[in-house]
Amino acid sequence: MLEIHDLHASVNGADILKGIDLRVGAGETHAIMGPNGSGKSTLALVLAGHPAYTVTRGSVTFDGRDLLGLAPEERARAGLFLSFQHPIEIPGLRLDHFLRAGYNEVRKSRDEDEIDVLKFDRLIRAKVKETGMDAALTKRSVNDGFSGGEKKRNELLQMTVLEPKLRILDEVDSGLDVDSLRSVADGINRLATPESATLIVTHYQRILSYVVPDAVHILIDGRIVRSGDKHLAAEIESRGYDWVTEAAQPAPPSVAPTAGQS
Amino acid sequence: MTSKETVRELAAQPYKYGWTTDVEEETAPPGLSEEIVRWISAKKEEPEWLLEWRLRAFRHFMKLLEDQQNPTWANISHPPIDFQAMSYYAAPKPKLELESLDQVDAEILRTYEKLGIPLQEQKRLAGVAVDAIFDSVSVMTTAKETLAKQGIIFSSVSEAVREHPELVKKYLGSVVPYSDNFYAALNSAVFSDGSFVYIPPGVRCPLEISTYFRINAEGSGQFERTLIIADRGSYVSYLEGCSAPMRDTNQLHAAVVELVTMDDAEIKYATIQNWYPGDADGKGGIYNFVTKRGKCAGRNSKISWTQVETGSAITWKYPSVLLQGDNSVGEFYSVALVNGRQQADTGTKMIHIGKNTSSTIISKGISAGHGNNTYRGLVKILPKATGARNITRCDSLLIGDQCGAHTVPYIEVENPSSSVEHEASTTKVSEEQVFYAQQRGLSADAAQSLIINGFVRDVVKRLPLEFAVEANRLLELNLEGAVG
Ligand SMILES: Nc1ncnc2c1ncn2[C@@H]1O[C@H](COP(=O)(O)OP(=O)(O)OP(=O)(O)O)[C@@H](O)[C@H]1O
Ligand SMILES: [Mg+2]
Repeated sequence: MLEIHDLHASVNGADILKGIDLRVGAGETHAIMGPNGSGKSTLALVLAGHPAYTVTRGSVTFDGRDLLGLAPEERARAGLFLSFQHPIEIPGLRLDHFLRAGYNEVRKSRDEDEIDVLKFDRLIRAKVKETGMDAALTKRSVNDGFSGGEKKRNELLQMTVLEPKLRILDEVDSGLDVDSLRSVADGINRLATPESATLIVTHYQRILSYVVPDAVHILIDGRIVRSGDKHLAAEIESRGYDWVTEAAQPAPPSVAPTAGQS
Repeated sequence: MTSKETVRELAAQPYKYGWTTDVEEETAPPGLSEEIVRWISAKKEEPEWLLEWRLRAFRHFMKLLEDQQNPTWANISHPPIDFQAMSYYAAPKPKLELESLDQVDAEILRTYEKLGIPLQEQKRLAGVAVDAIFDSVSVMTTAKETLAKQGIIFSSVSEAVREHPELVKKYLGSVVPYSDNFYAALNSAVFSDGSFVYIPPGVRCPLEISTYFRINAEGSGQFERTLIIADRGSYVSYLEGCSAPMRDTNQLHAAVVELVTMDDAEIKYATIQNWYPGDADGKGGIYNFVTKRGKCAGRNSKISWTQVETGSAITWKYPSVLLQGDNSVGEFYSVALVNGRQQADTGTKMIHIGKNTSSTIISKGISAGHGNNTYRGLVKILPKATGARNITRCDSLLIGDQCGAHTVPYIEVENPSSSVEHEASTTKVSEEQVFYAQQRGLSADAAQSLIINGFVRDVVKRLPLEFAVEANRLLELNLEGAVG
């Protein structure tokens, strides 16, 4: 479904991604972990097509298509969804109006008829219930004055309505209380199908005990330095990242190579 | 297209109403003089009292001009206007007020059809009566008979002067005297045409009344005068629209609108202003210097102004309400958009005179390109206005970082039992917002118009539905590609 090859990207002249290789197949869930500032959000935003980031090398295919050649809205219509680490506020624009417009764009791109206000209203009410969000929020301006947790839940709501093929979740668990975490995780699991995939960025093992990953990748300084199964997440949680960094560094030439480090 | 690309690309959106109509017009020679004022009045076969009034206004204006009393307080800039260089009257030949379409020049009919205001019976917008004003004259007023059955008078001002001189004499200048301000004086001296509406006691006007102003002639100004009187317990909703050809010289539009409501009467007055704004470098465009004021003369009466201002090189207007009757209500809902090099200095004055009067002001300013937008508003509570209330909300939306938005509220309270609230906000349409919307499947332009529509909703929803749609379309058109 998603194939990232040797991806390099920079922002404001600074190189952030320094050669990412990653394959996510249909039906799979992959987790990305890494220290603050290592480039996790950058990766997510580059995949979504944020205009501030420049891809300097490498390629990405999504469902066999050249993802990097598509405009951000085309990526979204093709089924890529990014749950933002910091969802954006749009004062004055009602959430339900906003979401209906996006939903209809996605439908149009699939040659489906647009749906009218009444039908959409019914749809969104059902989805609100499903995601456990406060229904009143859909009549408010997009994310405007939402609490941290409400914003995250709103990302889940939008994802539930748009039914994407690839869900990229950037710290969807940050700022959630224990019960909310559980219910957001349930929401994510409900959306999982054999045809879709999830890429989840997180700092904590906690959400991964609900949304169980098929693979965990450690991103440090713009590179994936280590990949493993779900146990890797637990190991990070207890040991931090330093040991990964050390293990990943090629030995300096003056030091004699030791076993397991070549 | 990515949001980044669109940000950089300034709206070079062509103005869609910029063509001219090829009709022969009779145009007064350029220049302002007593002779011209007399000539206009004679042309309209006006009674002596009206000529006298015009001449008084003319002398007052010339004095102001001599003393250099032209207003300079607004946050706008333009080269001095040469009042002797423009013509004060232009009308298609033959100058006629027509009852039958057969007599209207086919080119003019096509003009209004192209503007989306077909005058032909079978094509007219349902539920709307139209007065079509072309340069200095009214070429056609529709649905007059239907309205006349209920005693409603809807005609051009020129016709009202002939048919209902007592009403015109009583109310003309009663809300905006000729001495009110510089441009009101000019208008009073040379006004050519405009609409006149009178709603008799107890009548609810069954149609939307509307006037469409079209400037066509080159080198002439338009000086229309509108007078609407809602007698006791009556109601009318009125809408005006305007457009003009693209020309690289500036043209002056200096109108005066006066509204009067008696006890329990209500007037809703809406404007969709789309005069030619000039090109991206600020060449050409209309100077829209307008005085609009309503007087809630009666108890429990109500006047509400709604305006969507998207056009004009410069807009200078403050639709106001004198809240004289006890319990009367004044409202001002405004969207003003500037793009390119447009300038707008607009707002309102709410003058609370009677007891328990209340007013609401909602102003939404959108600034894009190198546009400069100023909200200027006065809320004045006079000593006798016990229990008066005002709520003001001014929001500004900035697109890009070359534009300006300013809020200049004046609050004068002389009665301690009143309450005045003022709120203001400024937001920016950011690249991040546009990207977020794109991530949900919207194009950058669609994202922008959604954000704009959301921003102006509280105002646009006050317009009759078909005009609300038109207003949103104009806002989109005038902002295409300006995302920031
Ligand atoms: N627009 C920008 N301009 C300059 N530097 C940027 C910009 N965006 C990101 N960076 C830098 O890129 C690096 C990676 O940032 P990124 O947001 O991808 O980190 P992250 O791994 O998501 O961190 P966190 O765990 O804190 O969310 C950081 O050093 C950050 O400061
Ligand atoms: Mg991050």
